Amino acid sequence: MEKFFQKISITSASLVLVILIGIFITLFNASKPAIDEFGFGFITNSSWNEEITIDNPIIHVEEEIPVIDEDTIMDDDDMIIDEDSTSLNTKTIFGGFIPIIGTLLSTLIALVFSLPIAMGIAVFLAEIAPKNISHTVSIAIELLAAIPSIIFGMWGLYYFAPIVSGIVGGYQVSLLTAGLVLGVMILPFMAAVTRDSMNTTPDVLKESAYALGATKFEVIKDIIFPYSKVGIIGSIILALGRALGETMAVAFLIGSIFSLPSSLNSPTISIPVAMANNFGEANGIGESALFYLALILFVISFAVISIAKFFFLKGHKS
Amino acid sequence: MRLLLNKFILGLSTLSALIGLAFLGWILITLFLKGISSFHFGLFLNDLIHGGLRNLIIGQLIIAALASLIGIPLGMIAGIYIREYGRGKYAELIRNLSDIMVSAPSIVIGAFVYAVVVVPTGGTSGFAGSIALSIMMIPIVINTTDSMLSLVPKELREAGIALGASKYKVIIDIVIKSAKVGIMTGILLAFARIVGETAPLLFTSETSNYFSLDLTESFPSLTVSIYDLANEPEKASRDLAWAASFILTVMVLIINLTGRFITRTKK
Repeated sequence: MEKFFQKISITSASLVLVILIGIFITLFNASKPAIDEFGFGFITNSSWNEEITIDNPIIHVEEEIPVIDEDTIMDDDDMIIDEDSTSLNTKTIFGGFIPIIGTLLSTLIALVFSLPIAMGIAVFLAEIAPKNISHTVSIAIELLAAIPSIIFGMWGLYYFAPIVSGIVGGYQVSLLTAGLVLGVMILPFMAAVTRDSMNTTPDVLKESAYALGATKFEVIKDIIFPYSKVGIIGSIILALGRALGETMAVAFLIGSIFSLPSSLNSPTISIPVAMANNFGEANGIGESALFYLALILFVISFAVISIAKFFFLKGHKS
Repeated sequence: MRLLLNKFILGLSTLSALIGLAFLGWILITLFLKGISSFHFGLFLNDLIHGGLRNLIIGQLIIAALASLIGIPLGMIAGIYIREYGRGKYAELIRNLSDIMVSAPSIVIGAFVYAVVVVPTGGTSGFAGSIALSIMMIPIVINTTDSMLSLVPKELREAGIALGASKYKVIIDIVIKSAKVGIMTGILLAFARIVGETAPLLFTSETSNYFSLDLTESFPSLTVSIYDLANEPEKASRDLAWAASFILTVMVLIINLTGRFITRTKK
């Protein structure tokens, strides 16, 4: 029994490794056709599902040898058929530049918006509020984190976006509104992790500073921030990693069109949204291109989260 | 001057807490008002095809319950491994990987399950949805189990071993028992999180307008249907989406608060 239990436990634990490697290999295999077709240029190519005409060597050959009349007629027939099916001299191009940029920019906006507020909340919870208020507010903030992301999306689209676009103008569905709603979504997470980092500051340090006559702000600025700096940066990066992969809240608001945003309040698309909206209809190289995007997203967020965990939050355990 | 600056900054910080609370209030009040106005008990009696939500609510709960059935035992046992058996690099690696997986993009997990389950079995199914959610759940349960077991004092384990119990006995009868409440809370929070997920279900379980208990077919999902309904032009569909969102949020928050409540009363 003892041996048996030990075997099961190590197998279950290894499952995590198996799933992670499985995800990577599966995504890689599924995106192989797109990788072969478009290579790394995929990342910087901004056309999606666009048909382009390519120089077809066969056409040149046909044009060069109009020797016998019958043959020419035959060739003409072939040409007509070719043009009908548009398979020989056109090619569908997929590039990931727009969704990649959309993902990065919406995350950046979310970060710029939520960072100051999250810091404020963390300071409030860790230092200012009395214990019972801090506890209640903590629960409220954590409840905000528990609300399903699709709710943020609906609320954002019908209530938040009209107000934002009323103030800054432009479309209601845009990079800006998507980024802001994303910011509201990561706010509780960022605040909670930052508060935990701040709470690691030893009381002795704070008390010594207070004893020297420092104000609360000075203690926060000169003692707590320097002490928990590394943890705070880690929390921010971790929140960023989560924001990168958020789908539903962004799907309602970003506009879901494959075009480069000309300004903050024009619509565009992000990687998760491109997948959510196009996966059902895609097949062949189009589906493979979506898997390529998924692979890119997976690698980016894996890297970002690892950096947060290993360089900044080492030894931190939530 | 210093005191003034102090007041100013502390005021700003309090203000941000108020902003955070305001967003929570805004979302909840919106949901409540919109939800209540389109809410009626007929929603629980009819399926989506007849303008109700019965099949969706039951479907969502079945998918999440099945995911828990897979995810909780696997996650708990894996958590026990890294805390109780694993010493050294391998356990540390698993712990870190599961830590990263908690934050992995859920849509990518959906795409993974699409490739390894949906494509080989020939179509979307309730099983595929459950597998996607269980993949999300396993790392959360691992982390909870791991950190709850770490709170159990070493002396308890030593006492058990001193009495001649085998390691397995000690873990089941002593360690798990004393960490029971914490683990329960963690499991409830994990369930609350996956039951509201949409992205991993989009192309694994999809959704269905009809009542179904057949897990090998496309399965009714509340969250996926909310997404579909909210994007439809008719006002009736959007109202239904609001009612569904309201029910979903109430469900999630109740489960979440229950989880927190158990720990509080037991402590």
